[in-house]
Amino acid sequence: MADNGVNKGRRRLLLGATTVVGAVGAVGVAVPFVASWQPSARARAAGAPVQADISKLEPGQRMTVEWRGRPVWIVMRTPDMIERTENFDPARLADPDSQVQQQPAYVTGPLRSIRPEISVLIGICTHLGCSPLFRPNPDDVDMTAWPGGYFCPCHGSYFDLAGRVFRNVPAPANLEVPPYRFESDDIIIVGEDEEAA
Amino acid sequence: MGNPNRVKAESGFMRWVDDRFPATQMWQDHLSQYYAPRNFNFWYFFGSLALLVLVNQILTGVWLTMSYNPSGEGAFASVEYIMRDVEYGWLIRYMHSTGASAFFVVIYLHMFRALLYGSYKAPRELVWIFGMAIYLLLMAEAFMGYLLPWGQMSYWGAQVIISLFATIPFVGPDLAQWIRGDYLISGITLNRFFALHVVALPIVILALVVLHLIALHEVGSNNPDGIDIKAKKDESGKPLDGIPFHPYYTVKDVFGVAVFLFVFAAVIFYFPEGGGYFLERPNFEPANPMVTPDHIAPVWYFTPFYAILRAITFNIGPLQAEFLGVVFMGGAIAVLFVLPWLDRSPVNSMRYKGWLSRIALALFAISFVVLGVLGALPATPLRTMVAQLCTVIYFAFFLLMPFYTRMEKTKPVPERVTG
Repeated sequence: MADNGVNKGRRRLLLGATTVVGAVGAVGVAVPFVASWQPSARARAAGAPVQADISKLEPGQRMTVEWRGRPVWIVMRTPDMIERTENFDPARLADPDSQVQQQPAYVTGPLRSIRPEISVLIGICTHLGCSPLFRPNPDDVDMTAWPGGYFCPCHGSYFDLAGRVFRNVPAPANLEVPPYRFESDDIIIVGEDEEAA
Repeated sequence: MGNPNRVKAESGFMRWVDDRFPATQMWQDHLSQYYAPRNFNFWYFFGSLALLVLVNQILTGVWLTMSYNPSGEGAFASVEYIMRDVEYGWLIRYMHSTGASAFFVVIYLHMFRALLYGSYKAPRELVWIFGMAIYLLLMAEAFMGYLLPWGQMSYWGAQVIISLFATIPFVGPDLAQWIRGDYLISGITLNRFFALHVVALPIVILALVVLHLIALHEVGSNNPDGIDIKAKKDESGKPLDGIPFHPYYTVKDVFGVAVFLFVFAAVIFYFPEGGGYFLERPNFEPANPMVTPDHIAPVWYFTPFYAILRAITFNIGPLQAEFLGVVFMGGAIAVLFVLPWLDRSPVNSMRYKGWLSRIALALFAISFVVLGVLGALPATPLRTMVAQLCTVIYFAFFLLMPFYTRMEKTKPVPERVTG
């Protein structure tokens, strides 16, 4: 009478098995819902590489192209700008030698570029994603020996003209250098690596 | 028919209903025979006001969706269309946008009341936790709603907040991309935020409000003296210090509603932008991913937590400052959930707690307001230092609570409610 002829062991097994199969099913059903939030095929296509014509870029000037919705700055650095950047006191920079992987492997040196005069940077502050302002001249910023660079108005981070971040600012890393290559002297492809050419 | 144990009307239509649905029983349980302490004061208006604002948000929100277009191309223009061309669209939108700020005003006062009178303490831990869950979801709801006008501050505010997820080590960037559904915040992000803001989160918030009230009515309301009114009952079993919620507190709350609506209407008609704090000025420009506004500040109700985020400017070991900021900001909200277990005082109400608790609460309230002010201002070295100090006070209030609430000498608690 106590268990009314019920086989408790078998009931437990069936209950357990049903629960496990049901849980697997629930996980399976969750997959399409979670995956549906990934970028769609159209969004991925819109993230394709972009081409920039720098033939009209004058020394000291900056142009902005859009790649994956982010501003990519292309700056034609003057010899004076290059000299100020190369000779800037590394003690005032957080990562002067670009130890943190914020650039493709083929982008090296203090200037963080393939060609010394052409700087390509993603114009998004590494702190919280604002777009810093272009302050290329020594008197643009009220700071001793400002080498020229970028100032983020959101939380006050400073970067030099190679996108290297200053010490004691909110931004933790240098500005990102996107993958890019020179199609010709005047054409840059942003979003494609050199070796992929 | 029906459950014979239920209270039922004698006859007539209500009897017919009661045999099929516990209407009279519920009316008695939650209103006409729900006994609330007779000493409720000013601080007890804000629960019912929060309910009123919730109804306002749902009603105006439903009407706004009728004219709003949740696409990257059409969103900004459709908000302008609502403001200019839709009959009374301006009023309905301002009721919604002012309602969002009003919601946080009443919720913050409602939460302060709980801190003041120990309303989170046993047996009301679940009331508090459901309430905190509502607060958390309300912040998500407000954040997603703020993206919908697709103005500059909508866009860049969302950019900053979604970037917070990207700071999580290893999975961060992929997680942020999954939330956005694109390589940047785009119409895709706008569409999913619209769906969450209008459908998913309101359903969960409403369910949590029901749970909050069921839990409250199960244990009964606290009161300014923080004593249990069920301890002293008359011969019929009614609490001596209790009065039925209806009509006593329904009438009291209607008065509160009237006063609230005066203020609410004054803001809607005369200061709908709240001096740039309810609707920020850069939001009158359409979203532009290529141009950052000079100064990005969240809406006022997020600024205390934003100030905590910015106050963390140093790395600890291998952890980067930006990730730590997110951890501290999350911790500032998470610590509220465990508050019922941090307070070890033998008494509930601040009326009978000692000086340490009073000073701690005062410092906490001041630092929360200061953080709120700092979070709306651009950062300077001095302001960052003040924010760091206030962050320390914020956390000290909670983390030292188990010690100062036990150390201090409390006052004797009265047998019956006072005043």
